[in-house]
Amino acid sequence: MINMANNKQEIKVTIARGQLGVDFESFTVPYDEEQTILDLLTHIQRDVDPTLSYRFACRVGMCGSCAMRVNGKPRWTCRTLVRKALQDGELRLEPLSNFKVVKDLVVDMEQFFDKWQEAKGRFEPSESPVQEFAPIKPDNAKRQLADEAIECINCGCCYAACDVVASNPDYLGPAALNRAWSLVNDAKDFAGPERLKAVSGDGGCQNCHTNSQCVARCPLQLNPTRSIAGLKKEVSLATLKGQI
Amino acid sequence: MSNRLEFKIWLAHRLSAMALGLFVVVHLAGMMIAIQGGVSAQEILGRTSGNYVFGLFYSLFVLAAATHASIGLRTVAREVLGWKGWSAGILIICFFLALNIVGVSAIGGLVL
Amino acid sequence: MNTNRDKKEYWASFVQRWSGVLLALFLPAHFTVLSLVLQGEQVLDGFLYWADAPIVKFAEAGLVGLLAVHLLGGVRLLVIEFFAWKEWQGYLISVAGTGAMAAGCLFLLRAF
Repeated sequence: MINMANNKQEIKVTIARGQLGVDFESFTVPYDEEQTILDLLTHIQRDVDPTLSYRFACRVGMCGSCAMRVNGKPRWTCRTLVRKALQDGELRLEPLSNFKVVKDLVVDMEQFFDKWQEAKGRFEPSESPVQEFAPIKPDNAKRQLADEAIECINCGCCYAACDVVASNPDYLGPAALNRAWSLVNDAKDFAGPERLKAVSGDGGCQNCHTNSQCVARCPLQLNPTRSIAGLKKEVSLATLKGQI
Repeated sequence: MSNRLEFKIWLAHRLSAMALGLFVVVHLAGMMIAIQGGVSAQEILGRTSGNYVFGLFYSLFVLAAATHASIGLRTVAREVLGWKGWSAGILIICFFLALNIVGVSAIGGLVL
Repeated sequence: MNTNRDKKEYWASFVQRWSGVLLALFLPAHFTVLSLVLQGEQVLDGFLYWADAPIVKFAEAGLVGLLAVHLLGGVRLLVIEFFAWKEWQGYLISVAGTGAMAAGCLFLLRAF
């Protein structure tokens, strides 16, 4: 419940501390209608407990640094209002699942970004200088497919929500495969069959169970499941044609 | 071993699924027609003996079902039980072969 | 605490997996019964007499339901994976559930 003390509303916030996921600490903090969860954490760190660790950079939903589990679900905290996330007047903040915890709410993103590289989630230019640039018009079908997938900010919410990552740590995950799909549809990218091979190894796109947890949790309303389905079809056709 | 073996196994699972989609619809419809008024061995054999189209259809059905079921169980063993070793591989191959042998011999008994 | 289960797609994939496992484990039994014909008509008839009991028919209807839900859920997956993604595909989950119930009921009507 939201408590009234000295005519000020207060809420209870329970935060995971340390590295092991077993220690929690509760704080009672003033409740402000227009406060984001990130604002609330800043209040705790500045005024209550300076040893609290959490990560942020841009504060406006651009950088993808501040994701964590809010009442069990992965969310970006800089664009999530406390009043929208409250359950029974309480908040429970934990580090993202499927990541190693560094301390408190900070997770180690190294494996997540390694998988982007593993999936060839990086633009590959042609080896020799291109003589004529491919015009990519707004109504081009492939461009539209790339556009649908391109706004990812690497926050890791989808990766934390994914049931397949939880059961198979080798799985490349929704973010890396979504990125690979936007590049597969980029006429100026020249990775070609090498990227299709990269996304269909042991941890490749075929592991996806189409649970759509990533779709449910993406703060930008992207659809990684659709991107992964696109990769499955593309790799299947290339495999059946003997191209890879 | 190619590191894309997993993808090819997945693709075999999906291709067999496409074939089964067709087989199962025909099978279910056929069974719903056939079971009316009860079934006897004589009645079944009367319909299947010497029916080579039936034999070919069900032989392909058995092959697709054995492929699909074996790969599906393999995936569940890996993801739910974490059982990935050679013992799991051998067991799955035995399951696949046993299904084919029992299934095809039963069809042989019905058709020949 | 797992609060990650509020999408119907999760439950669709859960049903798909475990209906598949049950069907895969049922296959050897199904094929074995059919291969009884190899031992002679009367052996198969003995089984068919036992299988005429109402409880067996209900169990069979359950199997038909499982097969139908796995089939329709599988068609949904194949549509998503091998055709273009469309928002209406979410409704295919409901179609699979309803279709499976209908198939099971239809089987019961025919069996009795």
